[in-house]
Amino acid sequence: MIGTLNAMIQGLLLGGLYALFAAGLSLIFGVMRMVNIAHGDLIVASAYFAYFVMQMLGIGPFTSLLIVVPVVAAFGYALQRWLLNYTLGAGDLPPLLVTIALSIILQNVLLIVFTADVHRLQAGPIEIASWAFNSELSVGVLPVLQFVTSVIIIGALQLLFYKSSFGRAFRATSDDQQVAQLMGIETRHIFSLAMALSLAVVAVAGVFLAIRTNFNPFTGPLLLIFGFEAIVMGGLGSLWGTLVGGILLGIAQAIGGQIQVGLPFVAGHVAFLAVLYFLPQGLFPKVSQ
Amino acid sequence: MNAAVAVADLPLKVIRGDRVTHLGMTFWTILVIVLAFGPFWADRQSLRLLSEILSYVALASLWNLLAGFAGLVSVGQQTFVGIGGYTLYLFALGLGVNPLLGLPVAAVVGGIASVPIFLLLQRLRGPQFTIGSWVVAEVFLQIAQQLAVVGGGSGISLPAAVVRSIAQSRDAREFLIYWGFLAITVVVVGGIVMLLRSRYGLALTAIRDNEMAARSNGMDVGRIRLVAFVVAAILTSATGSMIFLQKLSITPFSAFSMNNWTVYIIFMTVIGGIGRVEGPIIGVAIFFLLRQYLADLASTYLIILGVVAILIMLKWPKGIWGSIADRYGWQLFPLARRLVRLTGPQATGSP
Amino acid sequence: MTLLSVNDLTAFYGDFQALYGISLAIEAGQIVAIIGANGAGKSTLLNSIAGLIPNRSDMIVLDGEPVGALRAPQMVMRGVALVPEGRRLFPSLTVKENLLIGGQLRRPGPWSLKRVFELFPMLRERADNPSHSLSGGQQQMVAIGRALMSNPRLLLCDELSLGLAPIVVKEIYAQLPTILGEGTAVVIVEQNVMQAVAASSHLYCLQEGHVSLEGASNQLDHDAIKAAYFGV
Repeated sequence: MIGTLNAMIQGLLLGGLYALFAAGLSLIFGVMRMVNIAHGDLIVASAYFAYFVMQMLGIGPFTSLLIVVPVVAAFGYALQRWLLNYTLGAGDLPPLLVTIALSIILQNVLLIVFTADVHRLQAGPIEIASWAFNSELSVGVLPVLQFVTSVIIIGALQLLFYKSSFGRAFRATSDDQQVAQLMGIETRHIFSLAMALSLAVVAVAGVFLAIRTNFNPFTGPLLLIFGFEAIVMGGLGSLWGTLVGGILLGIAQAIGGQIQVGLPFVAGHVAFLAVLYFLPQGLFPKVSQ
Repeated sequence: MNAAVAVADLPLKVIRGDRVTHLGMTFWTILVIVLAFGPFWADRQSLRLLSEILSYVALASLWNLLAGFAGLVSVGQQTFVGIGGYTLYLFALGLGVNPLLGLPVAAVVGGIASVPIFLLLQRLRGPQFTIGSWVVAEVFLQIAQQLAVVGGGSGISLPAAVVRSIAQSRDAREFLIYWGFLAITVVVVGGIVMLLRSRYGLALTAIRDNEMAARSNGMDVGRIRLVAFVVAAILTSATGSMIFLQKLSITPFSAFSMNNWTVYIIFMTVIGGIGRVEGPIIGVAIFFLLRQYLADLASTYLIILGVVAILIMLKWPKGIWGSIADRYGWQLFPLARRLVRLTGPQATGSP
Repeated sequence: MTLLSVNDLTAFYGDFQALYGISLAIEAGQIVAIIGANGAGKSTLLNSIAGLIPNRSDMIVLDGEPVGALRAPQMVMRGVALVPEGRRLFPSLTVKENLLIGGQLRRPGPWSLKRVFELFPMLRERADNPSHSLSGGQQQMVAIGRALMSNPRLLLCDELSLGLAPIVVKEIYAQLPTILGEGTAVVIVEQNVMQAVAASSHLYCLQEGHVSLEGASNQLDHDAIKAAYFGV
């Protein structure tokens, strides 16, 4: 019983990271109606980049974020501006196929540069620090830090979206690209900023995840799927819904892992399929207009 | 193949092809005959390579039916390859019969499984369908790893006794399996041509060109897509069963491999020409030609394919065949309907 | 002084030619009306001027500068604003946000949130409502206000009266002199010919992508307009 409770708390805290993967994905989908199949591979690439920066400068993973986040965001801007923007406007097929190809390219470049060996980011003593409630129930400092960071980032995104002129331009572009241009909005620039922001968010999540679990060049697709499941479970159109979706996914995986080792992903997928079947609009459906 | 239909009383008729189409059909006919005699001119290794090529023509053509015509971009077709493979193994091992009999069973099981899968995925709109199809494939992969009856993560092999029940001599077995691949591929490509020529084909083309307009013209887009998805699932499962019959062993990762059964296929189809029946065939040919020279490069080969696919998508979104065909008006299958004015004595005649 | 001149403008949608060599001139502080039947090319003309449809550079000249090849955001920066047909407010933005986004380039000029609320006082009360909760007439006011927020030298209005009650149309048209008073030239595209003639000082009639008639609005003969409009 305590074991299950412990696992569920772990799952809940991990769900915050899934929510960040999802927030990055849903930002792109919201602003330009594009599904980025390479999203997970970009998360993994961010983790590898953090690994590289840590090796080069001899710094810890949290400090490395100061370099990783801006560099990854700049990469996202360039990727959108000079590649992905050219796939938009002719239906769903071109962006899907180009990002599928991009995903394969990223995986194999990582494979060549870093080999197929698993990597992990070393964060030092904080990795094992925990708060114990009693002899059986304890909560790790690192997972709590991850979760709090996730909630803060999602709150900041919410503010940015609904309270800033930047977010106003995002929402206007999402509503009607042509009229947005009539407001002086350079949609190509806005799309590129959205991708930069999306990757900045997932770079943070990627580094946190890489402290917690092993990764290799082929971890990406699973992360994309987690993010996607969190979005659909939360209901498109609400960042807080996405957070709930991520937490549900984390808890479902934790419960699955309790039932049988090796079952957590199946449990997560089953929870996703069940929500899709019973609540196709997700738990927090977008208000129709 | 000179199908002609008179249109009302006007001196017009609909034709399905021209000289290039005739040449094309002649070419396909000769090609199939030459391939049918494969065992008489090819050695064992070449037959295996030909089998692999044929299986990819079938899989890529089926993916193209979904993505290029039905507007369903799936990255989860490995679901059906795996279902087909495992069904054949379970059937042959469970009943101890000739594994070739498992082929139709695999097709039926794949078709039945595809209905609930489609009904579930249909709830995801547009590009979300794509990731959804991937989740389904992941679920099957994970379940296959957990199930003891299919050997869990280490998979199962066909015992020698079962293999011998296909045919006694090794040559006979290899020939039968090769002909199996050839038959499936002919059925797949021929079936797609027939499907596209039918009422459903017109509807599929209409949906691909403009889904909104197709809907407002009263087409049941969901039902037409269901038909395409189930047909693709049946034939993909059949192909999958043959692939693993030839391999003699199956594991979850080989059965539900994203790279082998989806990524390669997408690259082939995009390079050859998505939304054209000829496209995947040309794409498979290019893929295998490149592989002869670049296979040793392993991951570099995949990077090159990825870059080529991106360049093609951006510069020639209709692919190599689509761009050439548009430019010269070629088609190697009698598909497009063309209206021509009749001249001479035919003009006043009725059909 | 000529603010905007359109020179021999052509426009295509794929193989279909929508405009065949349109030429017109708009003076600063003038209201110009463009009339014509459905499909005559009126909206295409406005979209070309606003930069939504790319053209050859010299086909559109603003204040001496060839601007035909510029895109919509660059045209807004130069003081050309379009009120699109069907209003097309941003549904996820409130009324106030719709107005603010119109002014986000911060082009200097007389128009501000405060001035727009003075022009259409009822918008002030609805400022924080979602834009789609407004009536058609109110939405049209937001669309005009949104365009004014960019402080345009030239305001292009596509079918202001479409789908609105006559009394609302009258109310909206009554504000045009105020807009003009701030030194903005206005182009109105209308299907309602009487409205267009009454509101404008100069009038162009389009027919199948050609200018079929032009002249000072108060000097054009009713039958001539009818002939030019229907092409009979």
